[in-house]
Amino acid sequence: MRSDQPANPSRRDFVKSTSTAGIAAGVSTQFPSTALAKSSLPDVREKAFTQQVTLTINSRKHTLGIDTRTTLLDLLREKLALTGTKKGCDHGQCGACTVLVNGTRINACLSLAVMHDSDEIRTVEGLGTPDNLHALQDGFVEHDSYQCGYCTSGQLCSAIGMLSEARKGMPSHVTPDLIIPVTLNRDEIKERMSGNLCRCGAYQNICNAIEDYAERDRETV
Amino acid sequence: MRPFNFITAESPQHALSLVAENKNAKFIAGGTNLLDLMKLEIEAPPLLVDISKTGLDKIEKREDGRIAIGTSVTNSALAADMNIRRGYPVLSRALLAGASGQLRNKATTGGNLLQRTRCPYFYDTAQACNKRLPGSGCSAKGGFSRLLAVIDVSDACIASFPSDMAVALRVLDAEIELCSLTGTRIIPIRDFYHGATTQPHIETVIRRDELITRIILPRPIGGSHFYEKVRDRASYAFALVSAAMVFLPDGSARVALGGVAPKPWRVESAEQLLTTDIDEYVRIAFSGASSTHENQFKIPLAKQILTTLINEHKEAMA
Repeated sequence: MRSDQPANPSRRDFVKSTSTAGIAAGVSTQFPSTALAKSSLPDVREKAFTQQVTLTINSRKHTLGIDTRTTLLDLLREKLALTGTKKGCDHGQCGACTVLVNGTRINACLSLAVMHDSDEIRTVEGLGTPDNLHALQDGFVEHDSYQCGYCTSGQLCSAIGMLSEARKGMPSHVTPDLIIPVTLNRDEIKERMSGNLCRCGAYQNICNAIEDYAERDRETV
Repeated sequence: MRPFNFITAESPQHALSLVAENKNAKFIAGGTNLLDLMKLEIEAPPLLVDISKTGLDKIEKREDGRIAIGTSVTNSALAADMNIRRGYPVLSRALLAGASGQLRNKATTGGNLLQRTRCPYFYDTAQACNKRLPGSGCSAKGGFSRLLAVIDVSDACIASFPSDMAVALRVLDAEIELCSLTGTRIIPIRDFYHGATTQPHIETVIRRDELITRIILPRPIGGSHFYEKVRDRASYAFALVSAAMVFLPDGSARVALGGVAPKPWRVESAEQLLTTDIDEYVRIAFSGASSTHENQFKIPLAKQILTTLINEHKEAMA
């Protein structure tokens, strides 16, 4: 290892450096760069539309020009390198991309970034830091609420949004009475978190962490 | 996704003129279905007109007691609205039975009415589908049809309509306000969806230059409201069969069924049988049904759901 490289590279740095090297090697052996540059094939790509968008992400304001096709998820991950938010199915079926927009949880994969001009976005990076975890993140560690961890950031953001919905008295499919205030029991948590899949099946421990946090949250309100 | 221009409309009129000027342009509000379809290039509009900031996001109680729901009111806001929870609980229940918390926070009322089928062959561009590509055929017949329709189907298409909300709106006799640059018309939800047709790609009476602006609920009808949904998992799945049922104070009942037809399925002419002869109701409501080996369970399941609801209601009244 060269001395100017980090002595303890993260998994992400490692993946990035090796995949870049892999692409470079592929290009040099199969597609000489001169051949690519002088391709006689017509450029069939359609013209992309670019628009400027300003959003506040984790309390930091960003203004940038983007292809209108960019989803909020791709903006976070590909443009701003906020890779805590995960891409699972990219079709709104798994919840791995859940973020909070103006405090409300949504699937970032099914929303265009240009639809969020002047919105406030909160991602997992805005919940806590490795040195100062959010209480719910602490709870996930304490209750062992993950195996591979891929769905975790979506679970966390979803749970924060879900708890705020419950505090506002919003009913769910399992709420027995639509008029009287909601009691956030385990059945309610399971139903309200059903938009977040966990392929490892850590559901029991995810529910334990959320139930525990909700209990403490109630006491502090 | 194919490139598209994107304009945020400032008013409904602004949105209407943009779409009138641009052939193939589409309105977008929540985008939870349209963007999914655009990613798969099943939809490829050259222009998206965002109507979510045109002031159509309010639920208004009118002096005559009716409720006007703006087209871009989210599914979660509508389900949680106190006027809806008190006066139209079947609508709250249907909304809460659909999708996930995240999706309901984004999906809108007008978009929910216009969502497309979840038939797997509509989504798979390698397969024949008359709804996606008119004239290409129907791969669903003889294919995976567990979720698909058993009544009001045609040789061209056996897709089912996936909305829960619309099933409740159908039992409530809601009306849909359609605006264009030339005027406004009000369509009862009964007449909004085409159902079985030789042109399954044309699903509703809405014209290309029209925008759903509001959904209007009649004055509360009272009674006991139920929304029962049977699906392959306990939450976050489309209906195999659902029923929006209201038992009215005068002893009569009405019901609309979801998951069985290309539109919310209601047979008013047989509803007097709901409280007297459920076998006969089901026989009439499903006369002319055409099921596949995979979805023939839906008719007995519908009967089972109705029987359960009637018994639940009787017990609650006793």
